[in-house]
Amino acid sequence: MRQPSPRFLLTCALLLLLALAPLSATFVGNDYPLIVLTRVVILAMAAVSLDLILGYGGMVSLGHAAFLGIGAYAVGIMTAQDVTSGFLQWPLAILAAAVAALVIGALSLRTRGVYFILVTLAFAQMVYFLSVGLDAYGGEDGLVIPTRSQFGLLNLTNRTTFYFLCLALLVATIALVAHLARTRFGMVLRGAAMNERRMRALGFPVYRYRLAAFVIAGALCGLAGILLANHSEFVSPSVMNWGRSADLIIMVVLGGMGSAVGPLLGAMVFMLAEETLSHVTTYWQLVFGPLILIFVRFARSGLVGLFPERAGDG
Amino acid sequence: MADVTLLSVRKLVKRFGGLLATDHVDLDVRASETHALIGPNGAGKTTFIAQIQGELSPDEGEIIFGGRNIARDAAWRRAVQGLARSFQITSIFPQFTALTNAVLAVQAQAGHSFRFGRPALDDAALTEPAHAALSAIGLDHRAHVRAVALSHGEQRQLELAMALAMRPKLLLLDEPMAGMGRQDTARMTEILRKLKTQYSMLLVEHDMSAVEALADRVSVLVAGRVVASGSFAHIRADAQVRAAYLGEKHR
Repeated sequence: MRQPSPRFLLTCALLLLLALAPLSATFVGNDYPLIVLTRVVILAMAAVSLDLILGYGGMVSLGHAAFLGIGAYAVGIMTAQDVTSGFLQWPLAILAAAVAALVIGALSLRTRGVYFILVTLAFAQMVYFLSVGLDAYGGEDGLVIPTRSQFGLLNLTNRTTFYFLCLALLVATIALVAHLARTRFGMVLRGAAMNERRMRALGFPVYRYRLAAFVIAGALCGLAGILLANHSEFVSPSVMNWGRSADLIIMVVLGGMGSAVGPLLGAMVFMLAEETLSHVTTYWQLVFGPLILIFVRFARSGLVGLFPERAGDG
Repeated sequence: MADVTLLSVRKLVKRFGGLLATDHVDLDVRASETHALIGPNGAGKTTFIAQIQGELSPDEGEIIFGGRNIARDAAWRRAVQGLARSFQITSIFPQFTALTNAVLAVQAQAGHSFRFGRPALDDAALTEPAHAALSAIGLDHRAHVRAVALSHGEQRQLELAMALAMRPKLLLLDEPMAGMGRQDTARMTEILRKLKTQYSMLLVEHDMSAVEALADRVSVLVAGRVVASGSFAHIRADAQVRAAYLGEKHR
């Protein structure tokens, strides 16, 4: 029996921590910790989805929050139209995010480097201003979602139930991304990030694999958006503010690119810093920003780099 | 069937601004032949190889391979059809192990990669041919070392192993001995001498003893033009070649 790697132990510890965290609400006597934690879990999920294309695929998208917004708005708009069944809402919202990712990816993946960053940002801004222009659904003020998605016996208005649903979906997302990275599909994605020229010479049409990854990442982020809408019971354009896309990149880089579990750690640290530092000063990002820079400079593999995997490519 | 023409290049032209990098080049590679392309630095050898492989697209001319003009095909399509290039400047996946590098080469020729089931490295259909390719060039004992940690000579071997793992119809070898010491060069020549019985090759090489040992036929490229073509002995005797290229080394 081999000894588990530090990375595996870290993953278990993080998930155990998140699974036991709701107990803290009992001690505090109110739901505030649970509300914050749910948010952490949802944004971690968005960050994990970004890791598939950013960390494994080397595609620096500065527009990933658009899919968060599309998922959230799909739920908000359907609820406003009295479509409250989750069985209908969720697949349609994920489909909407996937289709948007297909269109945005198909166009932006024709560019490279800085241009790719800017094109994804531009598309995300288009989606953002589209939502600002949705006067029928609150425009800039946003849209209140009076009822959470209906799943028969599963009651999403119960905060603990909802938290564990989010956590389960996060675990599934991490497992899916970690698995994908090791499949033939994932090897193409990682190889193309490392040496695109060589991949072409070997016989891989890299564009279509990248596009597929972009769509999968968009769909998963759309799912996070669905959860976010249900969590906030509200959706507004600020869900997909471009700063949110940047936050997601920071979570991935901070936690560790191409590690699936790294973005979870990154999201936890990021939001912990936001919670604590923002109480000290409104300019908390002035402190946090340099910390990120130090990280990028000295710890390229992120926080998970402190917890090594076993050697190998798996 | 030794006379079957595998690759036939006709009137190939590539311009970079005012520079005629490839100047109406005609060149054939027959099945199971090793055809060496020699020439001074800047003659356009790598540019020529890149056009055959598909990284550069020619301005004029035809590249007939497998009975079809592939001059406009994307590089990946040509690779799937059996053209495998090894690069002059080592082009590998530095953070992957040697085995994974070879696995990717095998995978590229094993149908599409929209496969989401089994991890690639647990798939014997990929790892066995990959090990075989590493063994063929004597690198299998280093299979689980990251490519970045291999010595320069070993990386050159890996470069070649990846080309072999593609199970190519034609190997395009761009200076496989580039940057190697004398010992490594001799070893690589020996490896290629064995491979030449099983593969057809278009070989760009500076090392004349290697060319003499390996080439069935030699073409000399000077300033984008083929100035001579024939056996090694014939080329060595050619006055034009001596003047342009061999002069100093083979007095």
